[in-house]
Amino acid sequence: MDPSILFAATINGLLIGGIYTLVASGLTLIYGVLHIINFAHGSMLMLAMFGVYYLLTKLGVDPYLSLVVMVPAMYLLGYFLYKGVIGRLSNGKDENILLITLGLSIVIENVALMIFKGDTRTITVAYSDKMVELGSTLVPLPKLISFIAAMVLCAVLGLLIRHTDTGKAIRAVARERVGARLVGIDVDRVFAVAYGIGLATLGAAACLLMPIFYVSPSTGNVFIIVAFTVVVLGGMGSFLGAVVGGLIVGLTESFGGLFLGESLGQIGISLIFILILLFRPSGLFGARR
Amino acid sequence: MTSNSRVSRRLVLQAGAASTILGAPGLLLAQPKAVKIGLVHPVSGALAYSGSQSRFGAQFAIDEINAAGGIKSMGGAKLEAALGDSQSRPEVGVAEVERLHQEGVSAYVGCFSSAIALPATQAAAKYNTPFMIDVGVSDAIVSRGLKNVFRLAPGNGKCVDDAFAGLSDVNKAAGGPAKTAVIVHEDSEFGTSTAKLLAGKLSGIGLEVKEVLKHATPTRDFSNLVLRIKSLKPDLVIISNYQNEYVLLARTLYQQKAEVAGIFSVLGGGFNYRLVKEQPEVAQYMMDFNHWYNPKNAKAQAMRKAVEAKGNLFTFEVYCSYNSVKCYADALERAKTDERAAAIAALEASTWFPEVMPYGPTKFVNGQNTGGRAVLLQATKTDIGVVWPNEFAEAKPVFPRPKVS
Repeated sequence: MDPSILFAATINGLLIGGIYTLVASGLTLIYGVLHIINFAHGSMLMLAMFGVYYLLTKLGVDPYLSLVVMVPAMYLLGYFLYKGVIGRLSNGKDENILLITLGLSIVIENVALMIFKGDTRTITVAYSDKMVELGSTLVPLPKLISFIAAMVLCAVLGLLIRHTDTGKAIRAVARERVGARLVGIDVDRVFAVAYGIGLATLGAAACLLMPIFYVSPSTGNVFIIVAFTVVVLGGMGSFLGAVVGGLIVGLTESFGGLFLGESLGQIGISLIFILILLFRPSGLFGARR
Repeated sequence: MTSNSRVSRRLVLQAGAASTILGAPGLLLAQPKAVKIGLVHPVSGALAYSGSQSRFGAQFAIDEINAAGGIKSMGGAKLEAALGDSQSRPEVGVAEVERLHQEGVSAYVGCFSSAIALPATQAAAKYNTPFMIDVGVSDAIVSRGLKNVFRLAPGNGKCVDDAFAGLSDVNKAAGGPAKTAVIVHEDSEFGTSTAKLLAGKLSGIGLEVKEVLKHATPTRDFSNLVLRIKSLKPDLVIISNYQNEYVLLARTLYQQKAEVAGIFSVLGGGFNYRLVKEQPEVAQYMMDFNHWYNPKNAKAQAMRKAVEAKGNLFTFEVYCSYNSVKCYADALERAKTDERAAAIAALEASTWFPEVMPYGPTKFVNGQNTGGRAVLLQATKTDIGVVWPNEFAEAKPVFPRPKVS
């Protein structure tokens, strides 16, 4: 095979992997650290993408500028959703959270369908079709930006969790919920904050995704399984794992598509997922329990 | 006299009151029973947009018929939509057919997707209930000998034949710049069956198929596929897939500067006003052979305005479903009943004329309307126009398309 095609497939794999990392970074916090299986992750992403779409089409706000609106808005949505619905109805039981978030995803998706209709929407901005030449490969500029942003986002989240008081509280709650409560940590608030941060990352992801992708009420489903795969593959709670997992999934999909065809190639993701878990059940960078 | 007169007046009043009371149920009984039509569309899931548009079109026809006095031969019986959501899944489509049967529907209209239509029509066949296929192009839908299935729009066999006639004409008129093609299709029933037909018939118009590439639904990234297309250097890229993937693929082809004489689709899922509106550069000069209204028909233009006034796009799903309901209503008028066998017999004998379409009078052969036809379309930066056949054409085709770079 022509080496230039292999090179291009590698670049494409890394870039699509960056998108997966972007979507999975919030999930790794919610799922990996707090063990909340957030089935509503995909529908929240979709909601945020519609937010970005309408900010541009109704108010003329550039998707990248939308970050200053969408990140805090999604944080607040996450915080109050946890405080008002998830935390209140779950009674602290993980299995209840699973059902509540699943229910939320169904409700959100159907309400979105009612409001936005099932139509597929895309946006065009000045840089939509700007291409960057990497060797012989043409890379869309927004894709490159989203890749770099995904790496930065994961680094920031990692630092936040490691070095801030909020991060320490989240880690304490994740490790020993009762103990954290005994030393005076408001566990419910920490959960709400972590859920809020998780959704804030989706706000960022939506801003970076909209110039590349489309949005419809079912868009979240396109990413949700991949995002869970990335989180488990990289190791639950590890932001480095999310990056590496995302890139592995992206590269696997890219080479699978190249060698097996786009239709069959996607089984590569499942295969590599099974193989890694077979040899490292806690994921690549996950802490052994 | 006075006394008699008083009694008489009382008698009259009593008789009037009695007749009003006794007559009321009779008046109610005189109201003809509504005819329920089960609308089985995917209004959630991956095909939700198309399903919603179909539902809208069917409801539009129902409202229009009811406003005009209902089914006159049935005493003005009103049509009533019984809504079903197949959730873009074949098994749910079947479940909805069963549920709507319990609700007492007289006919079904649906299903948008061929993969859903195949089992759903089979389920309806058990009850011999007429099933009007609005969209769903696989020829297998009408080739299984099911007497209850009727389709106004052409199936993919005829669409491919006609599309190639159009493409061949356009190519010849331009001096034959296209000699090779790559086919890209989604890997379910619709894309696979259409691509098979396409691949088998391209040589008939002097085009060589360089490769047939399939992809899953959903596909998140088309970079590698476009890379493969570029390495094959075809003159034409022929696409057969659903909306989301169509948009993503078109965009990637544009971004990656795939220099081809034409991007052409047969029944392209995403070739619509939304694409032109949101991605004008990407859509420009793309061609599609698809169900379309007759742009030269005043009623069709008025309907487009009415649909757009309701904030909806006038996509093919709207008028395909609209006509399916109208065709069934015409059968009811002639059958004078919604009894299933009679309605099926009336449909079999149908010579109804769907004037908003570029069709001739209806003639069903094994459930397939042989009077239906699709047209060749081309997108400009602001609209979509018919470019072939000449009798319906609004503009001349731009072919080969100017280089993207």
